[in-house]
Amino acid sequence: MRYLPKSPDDREAMLKAIGARSVDDLFASIPAEYRLRRDLKIPRQMAESEIVDFFRQRSRENGDGYTSFLGAGAYFHYRPVIIDSLISRGEFLTAYTPYQAEISQGTLQSIFEFQTMICELTGMEVANASMYDGSTAAAEAVMMAVRLTGRRSVMVARTLHPEYREVLATYATHQGMPLSIANYAQDGRLNLQELEKSITPETACVLVQSPNFFGIVEDIDAIAQIAHQNGAMLVVSIAEAVSLGIVEPPRQADVIAMEAQSFGVPLGFGGPYCGVIATREKNVRQMPGRLVGQTTDKQGNRGFVLTLATREQHIRREKATSNICTNQALVALMVNIFMTIYGRVGLKELAKQNLAKTAYAATQFARHGKVLFGGAPRFNEFVVETSEDPYAINSRLLGHKMIGGLPLKKFYPELGNSSLWCCTELTTRSAIDTAVGLVAESERSVRSAKEEVEEVTR
Amino acid sequence: MPYPSDRKYTREHEWIQVNGNSAAVGITDYAQQSLGDIVFVETPKVGAELTAGKTFGTVESVKAVSDLFSPASGTVTEVNSELATAPEKVNSDAHGSWMVRITLKNPSELDALLSAADYEKYVAEEAGH
Repeated sequence: MRYLPKSPDDREAMLKAIGARSVDDLFASIPAEYRLRRDLKIPRQMAESEIVDFFRQRSRENGDGYTSFLGAGAYFHYRPVIIDSLISRGEFLTAYTPYQAEISQGTLQSIFEFQTMICELTGMEVANASMYDGSTAAAEAVMMAVRLTGRRSVMVARTLHPEYREVLATYATHQGMPLSIANYAQDGRLNLQELEKSITPETACVLVQSPNFFGIVEDIDAIAQIAHQNGAMLVVSIAEAVSLGIVEPPRQADVIAMEAQSFGVPLGFGGPYCGVIATREKNVRQMPGRLVGQTTDKQGNRGFVLTLATREQHIRREKATSNICTNQALVALMVNIFMTIYGRVGLKELAKQNLAKTAYAATQFARHGKVLFGGAPRFNEFVVETSEDPYAINSRLLGHKMIGGLPLKKFYPELGNSSLWCCTELTTRSAIDTAVGLVAESERSVRSAKEEVEEVTR
Repeated sequence: MPYPSDRKYTREHEWIQVNGNSAAVGITDYAQQSLGDIVFVETPKVGAELTAGKTFGTVESVKAVSDLFSPASGTVTEVNSELATAPEKVNSDAHGSWMVRITLKNPSELDALLSAADYEKYVAEEAGH
């Protein structure tokens, strides 16, 4: 898509053609008192050299060279350099939906490959051409279930990412979908008894995340059984896509809503990330978003087109399946290249490395502190409970160029001084050992302070 | 294309054919022609309650998705399952391809609908515009 600037002469000609004297004339319908009569309060323009300097300065504020133990929905994985060299090609540099199949075969083919690989990974039959992110994908998947079942209420696992829950709550308020929350059990997984008790004939779907927010793999089989026995659908959210390299995909789900950031998308404040919805073919007409299909042209050659677009916003307006009317084409392309490079074997190896580093870290932490929910299978995250406030420990870790785990008090007050730690293939053993050492030191000092107090009072 | 006089028509281009207390509902030949190749017919489930003038499903063509409006109020007793696998039947034989059968709740609602002759006049005008 080209950007064509207009010269003053072009403007003059255009104004003349429509019989207007000035650009201001075009806004005559807005009452004068509502029009801004001064310049916008924005800084003056900068010279190119100043702009380059400005961004150089700002980039120095980035935390380069830090080891991060943060996960919680955004994962620090290696990004092969070929991703950026390929997506920077001019042909791909548009986020626009390729309506014109005649000139967009390359983009359409890459999206078709993306959908195909997502289907292979998730065990589903159709996948869309991407959504904004994992949270909106989860909310849209829930609305799919509401339309498909004709029921309105939704059961949400408390182990779903708390911010995904917030996004869903925002959608639900305006859709008249009552949400109820099912708590987790002792082992950090969804409490099945509670689910069984609170599910009703009005429940459209059960929404769970696996691996869940604590990094634990949910018992999808059992949850699916409860949902399906009650005529509800099962929607499974996957926040850490790399888990699919080793964790069995939730095939029992009716809809899978995924965040694909882990597949080659850089960590960024506010994104852009890449959501995906995958489902069974029989549900395809209620699936929101773009879908690319394979077809043959007049000469019998293979070609690709947007398909099932008739239910979308540009045609159905307010009756459209969803108000999401775009996709994340460029980000989905990163994901596509990542999946192609790693392949089946590479992804498995990657997942194994994540698993091994996490298992090592969790064992080390357990020797000096307390690791919660130890009994259940986990992927690359785990919860550590400390005696000291985790914010205090984290500020000491920063001094060692390390970003500690995410304190959980904000989302789960009952978990007190617990924090969520994540290890990926990029976490080194020495970083893990240093972090464990600092946590062990904190535990020792709290213990000895306690002993001192006991000594004094004795 | 002659419009059969054994049924009534809506201004939204559905037909309804009454047989005792039961009635079959479909879309007219004019409707299928304007829609183009039909790829999917979405119907309600057996037992669903339809209200006269309200939507009860959609019909999807390669060009657009259009709502189906119920000509009368009633309960769905049967759905034409043949259209699930062969929606193109609506194109080849619109007046023979019923979509749902309903038991009528209020047969007098049909009085407000168009006769075959009136409908023919109506579409001739609409096509002329």
